[in-house]
Amino acid sequence: MSSSELLQFVVSGLQNGAVYALVALGFTLVYASTGIINFAQGEFFMLGGVLAVAGVRFGLPLPLAVVASVLVSAGIGVALERFALRPRRDSGGLVLIIITIGASMVLKSLARHIFGPNEMALPAFTPGPPVIIGGAAIDPQVLWIWGLTFVVVVALTLVYAKTKLGRAMRACSLSHDAARLMGVDTAGVVMLSFGLAAALGALGGAVVAPLTQTAFDVGARAGIKGFAAAILGGLGSPVAAVVGGLLLGVLESLSVGFLSSTYKDVISLVVLLAVLFLRPQGLFGRAGKEKV
Amino acid sequence: MPEVLLRVEGLDAGYGRVPVIRGASLEVMRGEIVTIIGANGAGKSTLLKTIAGLVRPTAGNVTLEDRDVTGLAPERLVRRGLALVPEARMLFGPMSVAENLALGAHTRRSTAEVADSLKRVNSLFPVLAERSSQPASTLSGGEQQMLAIARALMSNPRVLLLDEPSLGLAPKVIADIFGVLDDLRSEGLGILLVEQDANLALKHAQRGHVMRSGHMVLSGAASELADNDDVRLIYLGAWHGKE
Repeated sequence: MSSSELLQFVVSGLQNGAVYALVALGFTLVYASTGIINFAQGEFFMLGGVLAVAGVRFGLPLPLAVVASVLVSAGIGVALERFALRPRRDSGGLVLIIITIGASMVLKSLARHIFGPNEMALPAFTPGPPVIIGGAAIDPQVLWIWGLTFVVVVALTLVYAKTKLGRAMRACSLSHDAARLMGVDTAGVVMLSFGLAAALGALGGAVVAPLTQTAFDVGARAGIKGFAAAILGGLGSPVAAVVGGLLLGVLESLSVGFLSSTYKDVISLVVLLAVLFLRPQGLFGRAGKEKV
Repeated sequence: MPEVLLRVEGLDAGYGRVPVIRGASLEVMRGEIVTIIGANGAGKSTLLKTIAGLVRPTAGNVTLEDRDVTGLAPERLVRRGLALVPEARMLFGPMSVAENLALGAHTRRSTAEVADSLKRVNSLFPVLAERSSQPASTLSGGEQQMLAIARALMSNPRVLLLDEPSLGLAPKVIADIFGVLDDLRSEGLGILLVEQDANLALKHAQRGHVMRSGHMVLSGAASELADNDDVRLIYLGAWHGKE
């Protein structure tokens, strides 16, 4: 394999990886505030693409359609928490996780019912010929994916580290009771984290749709990839989720280059299992939870 | 006429259907330390958690500064001026001392007032100022207890609930901490103190209650309780001297 081919595989890996990272960020946010895995996360990726296409068909300008799809998805994420999960809050993690699985089926079926079974295309954000860098051709849409992922991660990291809200969110992730004693509205933080997670998943789905097409059934695969990325990173911090996503994307892409494209989807499952067996706290996680 | 800050009347509470406290009643005045003593499992911690809103009462009333706050969530009670220093401290371990203190002031708007409170707790516990950037989990047990109290004070409470502040600490540290509690009391704070070390608690408190199996079995001035034969025998370890 020539070096420019190798570069092309890495670029394509980083492209998918950035999208996995956005989905993984959603898993990480919800896990931090609730300790559960939201298995409906992949469906928000689907909603992001599908709703953006619907918006464009409805006559909205593309940027507005994308923003609207992200906001509507966030609203659905908030509603999922408020009306499906919060009433069962005291039933324990397993019940809540199963509710998220149910919600993912509902969202997928509704999307098929409303938008039909066919693939849909979203126009490129900025049409144009690929940019050639070091022998690798990079679609302008890929630059959008990288740019938006970068902005999101920097913004989230700053909010987490520097703001009162971020401090309250971190406090929630350590102990709900202690956070409540400080006056933190933990129910509000949980709802916010579901909304943010849905928004991030939807952004991923919308920004990648011009390259890959979208349809009612793209959520499950995105969910598994994002989940594997989140586990690989360790479910700890925004940066960990992004590194997990990028790493997974590149591993997948190289496996296509060196093995066969047949194994592309197997890689994420292998990574998921390998991490869970060998290093369950992920690349950046601490072994066991620190408690005072 | 002393002012009643906290009034608890006929409080019942428990976990699930198991009642842990039955008909608990007490008052805390401005500038007063009231202590609840009793054996492990008597319901002392549950009583504090119920007053602070972490456990929902099944009967009875809690009144804070003449307003009914029964069943109010903890995040609302902090805003009304009630803070709990919980059992086992519940610090945010990976976060710095400064961040723990900032979380204590989560409900407050005025940055100038928060800065004043920070100055105040740093003067009460100078070691916290030295450790400001250290993760809370790296502090010694005594420092962690100081941080837990300081964090609660950052909300500027009128009533402070303390759950076993002396547990596991060296005598010198305990003396420091209880010295601070005496100071806070003399400035007008109302303190409700749960302690296993009845000797220590009755020395610093003005009034006390003895709890057994979820009931308040004895109440009175701290000095009277300290002289009560039953209390001396069961909780103050007086048998050591009577052998």
